Amino acid sequence: MSEHKVVKTYDEINARIRSGEAVVVTAEEMVGIVREKGPEDAARHVDVVTTGTFAPMCSSGVFLNFGHSQPTLKASKVWLNNVAAYAGIAAVDVYLGAAELPEDDPLNKVFPGEFLYGGGHVIEDLVAGKKVLLKAVGYGTDCYPNRGIEKEVTLEDLPFAMMVNPRNAYQNYNCAVNLSDKTIYTYMGTLRPHGKNANYCSAGELSPLLNDPLYKTIGLGTKIFLGGGIGYVTWHGTQHNPGAPRHENGTPLKAAGTLMVQGDLKQMSPRWLKGISMQGYGATMAVGIGIPIPILNEEMARYTGVSNEEIFTQIIDYSYDYPHGVARSYGEVSYAQLKSGHIEVNGKKVVAAPLSSTVRAREIAETLKGWIVKGDFQLEIPVKSLPDK
Amino acid sequence: MYTRIYVLRFPKETSDKPIICELVKQFDVEFNILKATILPQHEGLMVIELLGHKENVRKALGFLKSYGVTTESLATIIHRDDDKCFQCGACTGICPTGALNLHRPDMAVLFDPEKCTGCGLCVMVCPVRAMEVSLTQTISSVD
Repeated sequence: MSEHKVVKTYDEINARIRSGEAVVVTAEEMVGIVREKGPEDAARHVDVVTTGTFAPMCSSGVFLNFGHSQPTLKASKVWLNNVAAYAGIAAVDVYLGAAELPEDDPLNKVFPGEFLYGGGHVIEDLVAGKKVLLKAVGYGTDCYPNRGIEKEVTLEDLPFAMMVNPRNAYQNYNCAVNLSDKTIYTYMGTLRPHGKNANYCSAGELSPLLNDPLYKTIGLGTKIFLGGGIGYVTWHGTQHNPGAPRHENGTPLKAAGTLMVQGDLKQMSPRWLKGISMQGYGATMAVGIGIPIPILNEEMARYTGVSNEEIFTQIIDYSYDYPHGVARSYGEVSYAQLKSGHIEVNGKKVVAAPLSSTVRAREIAETLKGWIVKGDFQLEIPVKSLPDK
Repeated sequence: MYTRIYVLRFPKETSDKPIICELVKQFDVEFNILKATILPQHEGLMVIELLGHKENVRKALGFLKSYGVTTESLATIIHRDDDKCFQCGACTGICPTGALNLHRPDMAVLFDPEKCTGCGLCVMVCPVRAMEVSLTQTISSVD
C-alpha cells in the first residue's frame, strides 16, 4: 500500500505524453498551481514539471576523437586554438576542459587578468560550426610514427564529440560578499570592499535539484535538456553533498547535491553553451540544463511547488573566510530577497546581483515543456538513485 | 529641465582655451564633468552632463562646434551586444546609475543608454563582454 493519495507511474505519464494528453508546466508555473489547488489536486492535474538553469559551470568539458592521420599519430600533447586538451588517453582521444586557458595567456600577471578565451570558448566555437585549429605532437612509436599534425577542424569533421561534465547544476550555492577593504575578483564575480555588493548564482525555484530536493526522481539515466540537445544524468557530480542542512521543505540551506551529465555535443547549440570570462579569475562556460520532474504523487507536487520565498542560502565572505576554509555565514537569505535586488548584511543594505540567468532558465524550462507536450521527449526511469546521505 | 550626457572631442588647438565655463556664462547651461582627458597640444576627450533648457543646451552645443569641438550623445556610442548578452544580471550589481537594471518579476536585464555615464565598470564585469563602452577607440577612429 502506498502512503500517497495520488500515485502515477512513469509508464502512465509516458503514455499520456505519447497520446498528447500530458499536462506539463514549468517549475515557476507550478508554484501558483500548488498554492491554489494544494499538492494533492496539483498532483492529479499535472504530470510533468520542467526546470531549467543557465549559469557558469566550470566542471564541464568534452571528450573529442579527432580521427587518425596518415602516417598515424599517438598524440601526447594537443591544443585546440592554442588551448591545451588532456591527451593522456588513447592515440587521438582528448578531453578539453571548460576552464583551460591558452598556452600564452597572460593570466593574472597584470592583475586582474581578462581571461578572454579558454576551453569554454573553444567548445562554443565548435558548436557554432566555426573552424578550430588543432595541433598535436607525438614522440613517435613503431605503430604511430607521426611526430605532429596541424589542421583546421569543425565539429562536423570530428568522428566523436561527447560533452561530459563532472559537476553541473549545483543544488543551491553561496551568496558571495567581500568584507575586506579592497576589491576582489572571484569566480563569483567582482566584489567591492566592505560588503558593498553581493553576488549569487542559482536559478532558485526554476533550478532542477531544488525541485527534487531529496533526489526522488532525478538519478542515473534521467533524460535531460543539455546545451540545447538531449543528454543524461550519468552519476552524481563531484562534491555531491546530500548531507547539507535542510529546510523542512527539503531544500538545502547551502550548496548540496550536484550532477554529472553527458550528451552528444553535435546536437548542442552556442545559445546554450557560452564561453565565459571572469575578470581576475579565469575562463569557464555557461551551460544550459533542463530536467523534467514526473509528478508521481502529491509529495513531488509539493517539492516542485517550492517558491523563491522558501529557498534559502548563506552569505559567505570571499575575502578571508572562503579562501581560508572558514565555515561562517553572515546570514541566511531567501531567493525572493536576493531577486528583489537588495539584501541586508551586518545591518547594512547591500545590492544583490545574479550570475545565473533567470530569463534563460525559464526559456529552457519552456523549451523542454514544448518538447514533452509535442510528444518528442519522454521520461526515463532512473536506473540508480543519487546518494541521499 | 533637459539633461543629456555628451562626449566632447577637443581638437589640439583648443586645449589652452577656457571653453566649458562659457556654457554657464553665455547659455545658462549647468554641467557636470564625468570624465576628462585634456592635455596641452593633444586631442582632448570629455564626458559631460549638460543641464538646462533644451533650447539653451542646443545653442551651447552649437557654440562648442564653432570651436571645432565634436559633440555626440553618449547614449549613441554605448552599445550592448544583445546576441552575446545572456541576461545573467552580473552587471546590475556594479552599475552605479541603474542604466543596467533587472526588470522584476521576470528578471530581464535591461539597458537604458540614457542613464549611462560611460564609466565602463560593466565592460569587464560582463562574463561574455557584451558591453561596448570604448571612448578612446572612438577617438582614434575619428582621427
